[in-house]
Amino acid sequence: MTDYNFAYLDEQTKRMIRRAILKGLAIPGYQVPFASREMPMPYGWGTGGVQVSAAVLTPDDTFKVIDQGADDTTNAVSIRRFFEKTAGVAVTEATVDASVIQTRHRIPEQELRSDQILVYQVPIPEPLRFLEPSEVETRKMHSLEEYGLMHVKLYEDISQHGAIATAYAYPVKVEGRYVMDPSPIPKFDNPKLNMAGIQLFGAGREQRIYAVPPYTDVVSLDFDDYPFEASKADHACDLCGAEDSYLDELIVDDAGGRMFMCSDTDYCAGRRKAGCIGAQGIPYQEDVA
Amino acid sequence: MQATTLEGGFGNAPLDSARAFRQIMTAVAQPGIINDVVGATPPAPLSVAAGVVLLTLCDPDTPVFLTPEFDTDDVRAWITFHTSAPLVDAAKASFAVGSWGDLPIADFAIGTSEYPDRSATLIVEVALLNPEGAELRGPGIKGKATLSLPDTAAFQENAALFPLGLDFVFTCQNRLAALPRTTKVNAIKVS
Ligand SMILES: [Zn+2]
Repeated sequence: MTDYNFAYLDEQTKRMIRRAILKGLAIPGYQVPFASREMPMPYGWGTGGVQVSAAVLTPDDTFKVIDQGADDTTNAVSIRRFFEKTAGVAVTEATVDASVIQTRHRIPEQELRSDQILVYQVPIPEPLRFLEPSEVETRKMHSLEEYGLMHVKLYEDISQHGAIATAYAYPVKVEGRYVMDPSPIPKFDNPKLNMAGIQLFGAGREQRIYAVPPYTDVVSLDFDDYPFEASKADHACDLCGAEDSYLDELIVDDAGGRMFMCSDTDYCAGRRKAGCIGAQGIPYQEDVA
Repeated sequence: MQATTLEGGFGNAPLDSARAFRQIMTAVAQPGIINDVVGATPPAPLSVAAGVVLLTLCDPDTPVFLTPEFDTDDVRAWITFHTSAPLVDAAKASFAVGSWGDLPIADFAIGTSEYPDRSATLIVEVALLNPEGAELRGPGIKGKATLSLPDTAAFQENAALFPLGLDFVFTCQNRLAALPRTTKVNAIKVS
């Protein structure tokens, strides 16, 4: 017999998180405070995302966890096993087969459907925090839609670097109202925030939940003369040849040899299975023991 | 306490509420869709769906308001036994249950500019719930959706308060739909 509740959290905690999720969906991009609980894993492992997943999962779900796009990191494997054990969910590495996907720092390349839920682990939910350390002040700024400072900061980037230097956690405006931190996803992923799936964001240490319903207008902040660009390495994946996916750069030998490969390992494997081969790729073979 | 008070709750609270929450959440996330729910058999006049929403979301932290039609001994006892939610006036309520014409819309909390989430969710019992009627647009909706609504002007006024405002769940027997404050409602001509 198990000595923990379904999905680990007690019912009252799940109800509190569920109510916060519903208010988050009703006020897209607004950070709903919630009373974060201790989870049996360190904060850096995404306890906010874990608590949201615990409140959302049903035993009928198929669960996928990605960490920077990969399903096989210690973090991803631990969270997947945690819910396999405590919630009895099926697990998968295939984006298309997952009903709930918990993610750290990426949005899958495969377009999500309206019956899929994406749960983000968020370290710092407040997009204005680096401009204003006081929670009282940032809350006031959101209430007054006082986002001028954010634009000034982005414009200073342009005058210093000739372009907006922010490459991750690039701020967005949701449904023309709240400025939101999309979590530290690369700005390449920002356009995908306009999607058919339900997006839920959980910050454990900072005790905030926010949400973006399907088909919600999410716009990356920019300027008429410096429009937003979803940039990535100007390269194709060396394993599968994809030119449309976000790439990680790896040093592969002592001579400084480099290789670019899809950060989304499921996407890359799917393409290789389908016969796509990159410049340094070898044909895909099923792992044999 | 009547025997019926003890009955009609979730048979397996963790699993029943997890499944019910998914149905409620997807309804809120996609205004216009109608979802089935199961697991509660509350005393009349509460519908199954209203009972499921109360069991899934309410507890001692969520004061509940009942319109006179629903403010019966049986309903009060059932909600108190199964959720421990305090029963209060409209102004103090996090949740409310009633038929559309009886809910004192102007009395409920709509949140504050700094905490727009501190607003009430109204469970509106309706006799009909169909995917036809008023035209809905906004977050969660691809293009437009249609839903039978008991009013139009009131929902337009509520949406105009955004980011403040009330959120609605419509319940009819074992089915529910939702209308968050973000949804823009337009009446369409009925032939
Ligand atoms: Zn690849």
